[in-house]
Amino acid sequence: MSARSPRRAARTRLQVFRVVVLVLTGAFFVVPLLSMLDFSTRLFNADGRTGAAWALLVADPLLRGAIGTSLLLSLLTVVGMLVLLVPTLVWVRLRVPRLGRAVEFLCLLPLTVPPLVIIVGLTNVTAWLSYLFGDTATWLAFLYVVLVLPYAYRALDAGLAAIDVVTLAEAARSLGAGWLTVIVRVVVPNIRTALVSASFISIALVLGEYTFASLLNFDTLQVAIALQSKSNAQESVAASLASILVAALLLVGLSFVSGRRRTGRGAVAAGVAPVPAGTAPPVPEEPR
Amino acid sequence: MAAPATRTPRSRSRAARLLPVLGVVPFLAYLAVFLVVPTLTVVVGAFVEDGRPSLAVVRDLADPAVLGSLANSLVLSALTAVIGGVVGALLAYAVVTGPADGALRRLVTSVCGVLAQFGGVTLAFAFIATLGISGVVSVWLDATFGTGLTSSTWLFSLRGLVLVYAYFQIPLMVIVFLPALDGVRVQWREAAENLGASTWQYWRLVGLPLLAPAFLGSLLLLFANAFAAYATAAALVSQGNPIIPLWIRSALTSEVVLGHANFAYALALEMVLVVALVMTGYSLLVRRTARWLG
Repeated sequence: MSARSPRRAARTRLQVFRVVVLVLTGAFFVVPLLSMLDFSTRLFNADGRTGAAWALLVADPLLRGAIGTSLLLSLLTVVGMLVLLVPTLVWVRLRVPRLGRAVEFLCLLPLTVPPLVIIVGLTNVTAWLSYLFGDTATWLAFLYVVLVLPYAYRALDAGLAAIDVVTLAEAARSLGAGWLTVIVRVVVPNIRTALVSASFISIALVLGEYTFASLLNFDTLQVAIALQSKSNAQESVAASLASILVAALLLVGLSFVSGRRRTGRGAVAAGVAPVPAGTAPPVPEEPR
Repeated sequence: MAAPATRTPRSRSRAARLLPVLGVVPFLAYLAVFLVVPTLTVVVGAFVEDGRPSLAVVRDLADPAVLGSLANSLVLSALTAVIGGVVGALLAYAVVTGPADGALRRLVTSVCGVLAQFGGVTLAFAFIATLGISGVVSVWLDATFGTGLTSSTWLFSLRGLVLVYAYFQIPLMVIVFLPALDGVRVQWREAAENLGASTWQYWRLVGLPLLAPAFLGSLLLLFANAFAAYATAAALVSQGNPIIPLWIRSALTSEVVLGHANFAYALALEMVLVVALVMTGYSLLVRRTARWLG
């Protein structure tokens, strides 16, 4: 070999490979997003730009109503998820650890059962819900709690694992605290980051949910975007881009929140990733 | 884990020992109503016709049109799993060979975390704005290379779905495959080099065999992910039922698909079986992976 060592040549090849891969995949992911921005602001019969489609997002009654519905649903889902999951997970850790695996399995189950299948099987339940609560989208929150369960579970479970729940609870109990006080005043303040993570991911998922709402004929944000595309394509593209940006902000915020405490690799993935590396099954969901 | 129940004094009655379990009952009841019962409804409902047990509904799955879209679903899932798997693995490798806590790595993992969640209606419109009939890129390609994309509907066909699904499959692959790449020790590489192995020999004899189970497991996960996806295809394809999820949409929204009210159950059952099979394979491979790369 000549003056250039094979090792240095290999390193150069690796650098070239990295740049090529990053640029190509980067382009694949960025081009559709830029296209949305361009498409939604384009004037089709003249040169120049217009913000008309973006202005419609707040002016259009259908979309405005849908945004309200989706925000209300996110709020209800977050509340329902926290009320259902936090006491259960704390209780399991403190009093019935032998049920831990079963609870974990149930929480991750929605990842393996496609949302479409759940909705097919839910027809009887939804008939009851609309009988009890009327023809309003708000009871969708009951179903969304199940949808966000795996993601919320992982965030909360990681938060609880990071503190010594048993010792904290024993200390509080020996000072005379009741179980409610233990959960609300001792455990909850200690897992604040986990609560925020679980809430953020739930909001992002609910804002992006389409399957349940469209098959049950409720005008949530995503359903309204799809409906609106038939009359105004630019408006629906603007709405899509806006909802992507909101979801991205939430999820990036989440990665910061969860990354701050346990810095280092895996922190981001632990919060957002659909699958725990190394643990048993379940799949992602995604609002696809 | 040793259950503390074993430490319970004998004097306490069985009721007292069972009492703590009551705390979990609301949770179990909730999941029973909204998850377990629906799943069982699907399984049982597929074998019922007019209130009587019957195989008629399941037999309708053999309809050539339904079989065709099952085949399409399988091909779409397999193809996007392989594309997402290969590209995602290359991207993950490009990231992993950089500094372990560098800005690039943080950026890529964050972005992938977001994009792997990103699908459905918004993704469909992103591609309509890009490669649709008046999409930005199709207009540009037509003007520059005369490709004729603006007069083609390929985006709304199966081929279009392959491209669109890649948008969430690649980031998912990065997320699930990165930990496996992290598990590969530098020392293995150094040991191979000390024994005189070339880069190619290292990869063929050490690197790839070690990573193969993790890679295959990730492919299965991506397969299940694509197979279960609904919203993206529903927003993109408005006519026909090229894939199984869209058949389910027809069965749910129109009253008379093949004249069976329970046909949606049979289709859903088919979906559950495929996903369950794939996920079983996945968990077996994950267990195997953990041996070396945990």
